[in-house]
Amino acid sequence: MKIKDFGKAIFKNKLALTGTVTLLIFILVATFGPLILPFSTMQFGEVEDILLSPSFAHLLGTDDMGRDVLANLISGARISLLIGAVATAISMLIGTLIGILAGYFGKGIDNLLMRFTDFFLVIPWLPLMMVLAAILGTSLWNIIFVIGITGWAGTARVVRSQTLSVRERQFVERSVSIGAGHAHIMFRHILPNVFPLVFANTVLVAAVAIISETTLSFLGLGDPTMASWGMMLHYAFAGGATAAGAYWYYLPPGICVVLVVLSFTLLGYAFDEILNPKLRGR
Amino acid sequence: MSKRIIAKKLMYALITILIVLIFNYLLFRVLPGDPLAMMMRNPRATPDQIEAVRRLYGLDQAWYVQFFTYFKHLLEGNLGISFVYKAPVAKVVASKILPTILMVGLAEIIAILVGILIGVVAAWKRGTKLDVWTLGFSLVTYSVPTFWLGMILVVLFCVQLRLFPTSGMLTPGKNFISTAALIGDLARHLVLPVLTMSLVLIGEYALTMRNTLIDVLSEDYIITARAKGFRERYILLKHALPNAMLPMITIIAINIGFVVAGAIQVETIFSWPGLGRLMYEALGARDYPLLQGVFLLVTISVVLANVLADISYAYIDPRVKN
Repeated sequence: MKIKDFGKAIFKNKLALTGTVTLLIFILVATFGPLILPFSTMQFGEVEDILLSPSFAHLLGTDDMGRDVLANLISGARISLLIGAVATAISMLIGTLIGILAGYFGKGIDNLLMRFTDFFLVIPWLPLMMVLAAILGTSLWNIIFVIGITGWAGTARVVRSQTLSVRERQFVERSVSIGAGHAHIMFRHILPNVFPLVFANTVLVAAVAIISETTLSFLGLGDPTMASWGMMLHYAFAGGATAAGAYWYYLPPGICVVLVVLSFTLLGYAFDEILNPKLRGR
Repeated sequence: MSKRIIAKKLMYALITILIVLIFNYLLFRVLPGDPLAMMMRNPRATPDQIEAVRRLYGLDQAWYVQFFTYFKHLLEGNLGISFVYKAPVAKVVASKILPTILMVGLAEIIAILVGILIGVVAAWKRGTKLDVWTLGFSLVTYSVPTFWLGMILVVLFCVQLRLFPTSGMLTPGKNFISTAALIGDLARHLVLPVLTMSLVLIGEYALTMRNTLIDVLSEDYIITARAKGFRERYILLKHALPNAMLPMITIIAINIGFVVAGAIQVETIFSWPGLGRLMYEALGARDYPLLQGVFLLVTISVVLANVLADISYAYIDPRVKN
């Protein structure tokens, strides 16, 4: 499928369009929102400012430290999306590279790389992340590294099987016959042909990355100086926001996570529908 | 499936477990910030004391000696001593297995049954409102962080409606007059954790079932069956469903990692005294031997479960026998 046709298909597909628009709104807010905030996220309130319910002064109320929840939510968007984006990029890079190498060289290299991939595929991701994050320590970059390094196995498998079929096509054979090197064939001929697949896979990896960040932060493995949505939920749970009935505190970060992940999931589902004709509506 | 293929699959699983063991060993010893380094960071520690600690943990020996000692201890079931519980890790971990199996097992059974049911109905009534709702429900539950769903259910059922207890497995300090009373109390504590776990899983199972069934329903042999004049219900139950069930087994097996993640979060939110909660506690206290012990047990069980699913899959589907 050509990229232009793909774009048209997305525009026609209601699910894909909803997902794209929602994501764009979140990206805009994350990029420009923190610049126009009237409150500092690190501005702790007085005792009488603690857990205030929503009002005109604080549209989403305040948290258990007297900070404005909406301000935290907006600056949290930037951190959550940043972690999600960079971690996804790392995963896609590793996954694509290993998939192409395994599929292109085959035999022993394929076997070795796929055993390695299976290991990451079969190992339960959250305990692995917890152990890694606990040992490396809690910082923004460690969290990104941990999520990125654990999320590539599915992509590697998909890219490998596509590479296996692309490798057999005639233009690859022609390249070989005119003396093209391995690197040239892999990156000039195979990569462009597996790219649509990589692209479709990215949204699924991104959804998992965002969920992972939220979960890790909630479990206390987030960077305490970077209040992502997961960290907000961590503080809300630890501070007893549920028992105090502070819905304005524990609901918004969760809803934001759900909306972002749902948008990625919708896109993934739509890609599946576009690429798999059997699922298309009758 | 031939014995040779089973042997090969088991061998692959063994290799994976071996990688897990080596990984586990390296992770806790080689990476920066290992527990010993933290203990030795005390500025008042004299070189003699540091040397003594090194000898105590066998760190003065060559790396291959250390590695073999690690394996020897593992085979003996010696996972070290928990920092927090001051008891053997194996013992602490063993006491938490049953609550987790009870909670996760129940949730899995419910999720599989309900998920298949919803998936079949959605595929059958494809394109109707019901199908759209199923799709929406599945996509939303797939996107909700498990712990957050748990928090909301706590607010709804415990804080607002006061129907169920918020935490634990049994009411603490209560004397139960009969076994029935004990089971009743346990059941009340089980409702919310099981509900949270199954809600998260149902969506994925229903969606998988729906999509594979739609796939199967477009196969030629279904058209043939229709041409023969079989009733639709008969075609669905006897021709389509058995074939659509096969991918479900794979999904359930692949999903075990997801279930583990869910269990950790649900047990944390509801203070359920299982392995997930134990892992969370070990993490909070940086109780490395305990963390390592739970990690090892969980990963090896997941690897074994996957092999079992792989082998049983071949028994059910005659096409992959060889």
